[in-house]
Amino acid sequence: MSADNLLQQDERVRAESLATKLMKKPELGAIGGVVLVTLFFLSTADGAMFTLSGIMNFMTPAAQLGILGIAAAMLMIGGEFDLSIGSMVAFAGMIFGVLTVNLGLPLIFAIPLTMSFAACIGALNGAIVLRTGLPSFIVTLAGLFILRGAALVGLKLFTGGSTQLRGIRDAVEGDWLAPIFSGDAFTGLFGWLAGIGVIDSFDSGMPKVPGIPVEIIWFVVFALVATYVLVRTPVGNWIFATGGDTNAAKNSGVPVRSVKISLFMLTACAASMVAIITVIDAGSTDARRGFMKEFEAIITAVIGGCLLTGGYGSAIGAFFGAIIFGMVTIGLTYTNFDQDWFQIFLGGMLLLAVVFNNVIRKRVTGER
Amino acid sequence: MTQPIIHMENITKHFGNVIALNGVTFDVTPGECHCLLGDNGAGKSTFIKTMSGVHKPTSGEIFFEGKPLSFASPREAMEAGIATVFQDLAMIPLMSVTRNFFMGREPTKGRGLTKRLDIERANQITMEEMRKMGINLRAPDQAVGTLSGGERQTVAIARAVHFGAKVLILDEPTSALGVRQTSNVLSTIARVREQGVGVVFISHNVRHALAVGDRFTVLNRGQTLGTAVRGEITSSELQDLMAGGQEMAQLEGSLGGTV
Repeated sequence: MSADNLLQQDERVRAESLATKLMKKPELGAIGGVVLVTLFFLSTADGAMFTLSGIMNFMTPAAQLGILGIAAAMLMIGGEFDLSIGSMVAFAGMIFGVLTVNLGLPLIFAIPLTMSFAACIGALNGAIVLRTGLPSFIVTLAGLFILRGAALVGLKLFTGGSTQLRGIRDAVEGDWLAPIFSGDAFTGLFGWLAGIGVIDSFDSGMPKVPGIPVEIIWFVVFALVATYVLVRTPVGNWIFATGGDTNAAKNSGVPVRSVKISLFMLTACAASMVAIITVIDAGSTDARRGFMKEFEAIITAVIGGCLLTGGYGSAIGAFFGAIIFGMVTIGLTYTNFDQDWFQIFLGGMLLLAVVFNNVIRKRVTGER
Repeated sequence: MTQPIIHMENITKHFGNVIALNGVTFDVTPGECHCLLGDNGAGKSTFIKTMSGVHKPTSGEIFFEGKPLSFASPREAMEAGIATVFQDLAMIPLMSVTRNFFMGREPTKGRGLTKRLDIERANQITMEEMRKMGINLRAPDQAVGTLSGGERQTVAIARAVHFGAKVLILDEPTSALGVRQTSNVLSTIARVREQGVGVVFISHNVRHALAVGDRFTVLNRGQTLGTAVRGEITSSELQDLMAGGQEMAQLEGSLGGTV
């Protein structure tokens, strides 16, 4: 039989070029996007954008969105959507506000309670999707309205009629956990760097950038952990398998249900994380918090190389997707362009990313 | 004759008032390829699902390595060593060969928080197992989607064998393949047999069956029409049996009176 021929290299398969190999990395599009956007702003924007303070300026919103985007990307790789994460930010913000202000709980209790509350709602989302077999798109669309409404009703209930809950900063002031969730990190290092003249400082000797906003640290750590989980652990393999083909994964012994429910819990927790950070930062919470963030998070994931059909994508891609997002949002203020170009730009990026991803998928699967 | 790994005695299966299987007897010995032939609707699928633990037989007995046994779930059958490669193969095209190979049974190293995939070992095992089956992968991180149908079939078979299958049930592995890919799969089956695995080969293609089979059992309308040993039966005779046994009387002799 042809066994001997088979042992030789198949002559019909051409050697892969480096370009093709790179094409198969899901995050390539997003990295290319970062390069393009950087070049664009380097040529059009004020030089201040790429100073240290300028970078912190666009990295802060990028980080807040990125924490959501990375979670959304993991869920998307697992084959599901969560449209309720934007509303979850408002809802978790409300819960957190009530726990700290109305009940006066310290952060050590308020944060885990907020997180577990959100995780329960995430698990519920997942359980409904799995039990009914309906598309998660529609189930979480319902969640989008329910949670937004619940945040509104809840805020009115606990504040006696206002849609804004104030006094959170006073409530958490001095809490030993607060520096982990608000303000800047590495302030000592930045002070020292300013002292020796490495970074810009005011006349008083204080650095112009006091430190790295904590959300950026969370964002980077989350991106690294998510990437490690996806590519280097069995759980990561299960996530890809679940999203690639639920049935095949189940037949091979992958605990498909637990994977999906955990991912829904993860997105909900990421939303409450963003809620906690931004609410402490602003000192108040309101019902419009996180508005439209679900779509921005999905855009981030798609720019990052996730396929809408699941089973393919990367957390690092979503990381860069969020940076693109932050650069475009903030960067336009450094240029002479009308800021309202932002949405057009975003829509264009999304379309480009989807078309690009589609081509990539065909490459990867060798479809003709 | 060696003891069969699995012996199914007089299996019947009813779905409500439909009698899908009406007394099927079948066994496989180590290193043997036993072909189960039958036309559409003959009960082949129901029978292998009974064998792989998906269905419970209405009556009849299953002996696994001589001991009576009944599987509560496919998982249990799998752990006992009965691996089934269904037509959909349980492969994910977007994932690499290695990741598919170890899906659900990933090798790990380290412990606690540092417990992680042992990618190097997984890649190495995959390359080696595939080489044993006569396929040289370009790279272990090649996506399964880039493989041909025959190669995918081979990955599925190699995976089952690697994870300790004693009986390998192949559900129409050649039905969607071209001539050359079919011959690759058939040679894979030959290699698997050499490792002492009992192969159950389900097909309605007599030529493919004759190419690898040691014994041939024909199912028709939920009943076994008989078992023939290689060399005692011709392809046209098998064909006639599958088609409904119109010429059974004429075949009785060649089947050795087992009808």
